[in-house]
Amino acid sequence: MSETRPVKIQVRGLSKVFGNQPKKALELRDQGQKRPEILEQTGQTLGLSNIDFDVYEGELLVIMGLSGSGKSTLIRCLNRLIDTTEGEIIIDGENIPTLSTKELLECRRRHFSMVFQNFALFPHRTVQQNAEYGLEIRGVDKAERTETARNALKQVGLDGWEDALPSQLSGGMQQRVGLARALANDSSVLLMDEAFSALDPLIRKDMQQELLELQHRMKKTTVFITHDLDEALNIGDRIILLKDGEIVQIGTPEQILTAPADEYVERFIEGVDMSRILTARHAMRPVRATAREDDGPRTALRKMSENGLDSIYVTSRDRKLVGLIDADSADKAVKEGQQSIQSLIHQNFRSVAPDEPLHNLFAMFSDKSFPIAVVDEERRLLGVVVKGAVLAELAEAGDN
Amino acid sequence: MAIEIPRIELGDWIESGLNYLTTNYSGVTRGISAVTQTGINGLNDLLMWIPEWGLMGLIALLCWRAAGIRLGIGAILGLALIWNLDLWDPMIESLTLVVIATLVAVVIAIPVGIAAALSERLYRVIMPVLDFMQTMPAFVYLIPAIPFFGIGSVSAIFATVIFSMPPAIRFTTLGIRQVPKDLIEAADAFGSTPSQKLFKVQLPLSLPTVMAGINQTIMLALSMVVIAAMIGADGLGNEVWRAIQRLRPGDGFEAGIAVVILAMLLDRLTQSFRKTRKS
Repeated sequence: MSETRPVKIQVRGLSKVFGNQPKKALELRDQGQKRPEILEQTGQTLGLSNIDFDVYEGELLVIMGLSGSGKSTLIRCLNRLIDTTEGEIIIDGENIPTLSTKELLECRRRHFSMVFQNFALFPHRTVQQNAEYGLEIRGVDKAERTETARNALKQVGLDGWEDALPSQLSGGMQQRVGLARALANDSSVLLMDEAFSALDPLIRKDMQQELLELQHRMKKTTVFITHDLDEALNIGDRIILLKDGEIVQIGTPEQILTAPADEYVERFIEGVDMSRILTARHAMRPVRATAREDDGPRTALRKMSENGLDSIYVTSRDRKLVGLIDADSADKAVKEGQQSIQSLIHQNFRSVAPDEPLHNLFAMFSDKSFPIAVVDEERRLLGVVVKGAVLAELAEAGDN
Repeated sequence: MAIEIPRIELGDWIESGLNYLTTNYSGVTRGISAVTQTGINGLNDLLMWIPEWGLMGLIALLCWRAAGIRLGIGAILGLALIWNLDLWDPMIESLTLVVIATLVAVVIAIPVGIAAALSERLYRVIMPVLDFMQTMPAFVYLIPAIPFFGIGSVSAIFATVIFSMPPAIRFTTLGIRQVPKDLIEAADAFGSTPSQKLFKVQLPLSLPTVMAGINQTIMLALSMVVIAAMIGADGLGNEVWRAIQRLRPGDGFEAGIAVVILAMLLDRLTQSFRKTRKS
């Protein structure tokens, strides 16, 4: 489904050899040799080997790997801070490795802004001047760039800090400046190189959340590098797993978690707290039976007993969730000869959206043991989650 | 059995080279000489034209604004002592030589330093040359200066520039090379041209280091200007030189103390520029 989206950057057969005899290293690579053997035989380091992937318009693509996996090299190949050895990187019809110096300059200005691990703010420039940098070197006039930079700073919550120097700011705020500097540039792709790795865990979570919100608002194509799987799963629309300069797996966070491509990926996801990743959708069961608003108590009771339920959700004619009735009150109403269940319907249950993390569902089970209703935006009943199912899902995911 | 190894006539070669230069490029040297002499005279006349108390006040004010009230008071006391010792005029002459030599040295050194920082090949050529310039005994520069520019202040400037230039080049190169790699990456990533990168990132960030180099250059220039009295340069060095010839340690020390005062003022003043730039 995602494959139909327009492609922003197309990477094909990208390789990078560090050393002075790249040809020799690639020959060995083509004979099936791996990085350590190539290093031993030629003294050349195979940084990246035969990388193929697409970056879709507007997505947040995470490239994840441990140190030495080549992720920093890869992101630097995209805007050619590092020259590639072979392969194509095509953005809007231009092949980046073959651009002339002048074209490359233009390409960087138009397409790429970058956020760095250690912020890389210019210490002699104020926050405002830092945010203006990209516009300034493009020759945008003073009034316009002041305005644009000010807006970008406002977006990251830094209004009022324009005249401060970076050294006067905390780490989290400095990285906001880094982000504002990139946003002000209004390039088509945002490259984030371990952008949150230098921040402490709490600030880091906040920044991830804010990035998600920004991304949601602006739909900016983003390539995000990280060594942290939790971060990757949290923010990535898709994740590319990199190991020893090769792609191990490309997929959505769910695909990576539920169908790890190999042992390497498995070992990676062992440490992940599954309850934060899996959602209500994974644990919900189809609804076996529902009562209709205009059913009588007798019908409702029969539906319950046929399906072995002691409570039943009531829906309207267009399948919207109205409420819940339980067997005891229905039984009582039948004995009292009531004709409608309207008065029996109560709201003493919890409902969640399908993408609610399982983690949050635990707490809801503590008081009552009614199943939790999973509803869409229009409150149509999609399914129910019972307590056992949550645990079962977690156990299963843990085993895999 | 002993093999006769002919002596390498290094000295002869250098001399003939220098002779060649003096005979064939006398027009150039005379031109440089005239321009430099005009500069020296102009600055000297200007500083002499300002009354002693006026210049004292100006320098004290500058010291105060740049480095605080203590240096301001120190400047007044020090300069008053020099004036009292009747060393005002030689002090001004020395100051003139230092200022002009430093200006010339810095104007040459900064572009060379930048070039050496940006080009690895140039760096490898320039660094040994700088080692040579710095370790060659300072007096040796005085000798070729005379056939080029004759006895006097211009020769003194020539020798002083050569002797004092290396730290300014070295520190400029160092300063630019010390700019953190991620800032260079950031500048590149946003599409800076090489000159934008140089003027907006590399130079501003290396400024404190460059200023430290200029400070060193000034100090070396002052010491060389004193030595240059041996080839007829005016100034405090001349007073010392005369005291040596007449064996009058008292006069020698008086002039020496004046050099120390001038040196301390120049040093503190340029260091303060460096600090204010940094903060």
